Amino acid sequence: MKIAVVRFPGSNCDADAFAAAEAAGAEASYVWHRSTDLGGADVVVLPGGFCYGDYLRPGAIARFSPVMRAVAAHAAAGRPVLGICNGFQVLCEAQLLPGALARNGGLSFVCRTVTLRVESDATPFTARYRVGQELRMPVAHGDGRYVADEPTLDRLEREDRVVVRYVNGNPNGAMRDIAGITNEGRNVVGLMPHPERAAESLLGSSDGAAMFALAAVAAGV
Amino acid sequence: MSRFRARVRVMPRPSILDPAGRAVSHALGELGFAGVADVRLGRAVELVLDAASADAARDGALRMCERLLANPVTEDFVLETVEPTA
Repeated sequence: MKIAVVRFPGSNCDADAFAAAEAAGAEASYVWHRSTDLGGADVVVLPGGFCYGDYLRPGAIARFSPVMRAVAAHAAAGRPVLGICNGFQVLCEAQLLPGALARNGGLSFVCRTVTLRVESDATPFTARYRVGQELRMPVAHGDGRYVADEPTLDRLEREDRVVVRYVNGNPNGAMRDIAGITNEGRNVVGLMPHPERAAESLLGSSDGAAMFALAAVAAGV
Repeated sequence: MSRFRARVRVMPRPSILDPAGRAVSHALGELGFAGVADVRLGRAVELVLDAASADAARDGALRMCERLLANPVTEDFVLETVEPTA
């Protein structure tokens, strides 16, 4: 399986995502944001960072990068896309996921390990987890408070599209403790915590490693 | 073509918690300013536009707001003025 990691100017978790993909047995590659070609990748990862300096709003400018047309086409074809932290912000700005990530409720940048509960295993990235499983992963963001209007939140809950939720403390004031969601097609997932920084026990947790092990995707799920 | 200056104000929607505004409100209180009931922190954008008319400049500025300058989920925008530059 080929996993492409997109690099924007200001991405800073690209190497970690690349390493996590390789550790999961995938063939990893980088794709520059000016590229319009994903190099035949099966899976696309938009990594964390501060693309374009987060000017205007995080992800607001990156969403117009040439590569995002290819990412949108990849998503529209039902193929897996994972947005981590800044990547999640880009996916929301690009309207590939509903809602937005606003400034943390407590204002400060939050950088610590949090506990998440898996709410849905019906995505390519959470298929190896079980619903109710608790995961330990770091967060590191200033704009991670998930917000959406009530009808959108209700719809996400009703359609089982909240993928991971904060438990034992919400680090940013996210509505309904939402840490990650998926789209209608369930192939696009965005989350604020960093699975790539929790991909081996040496890092303090290996709970994120399975997010990069998308065995089912290669079989065409 | 003429040159116009457009001023846009982008504000967090009333339904969205504005922690930055709250922090400023708190700081004003600490400084001894009484009676600050609320502070909302937004963003002002000044655009210098070349357009055939003020209406064309206004239309362009509105499209820019919708497409990029404001996020419809969290922000409202107001196009405050469109004036010819001196």
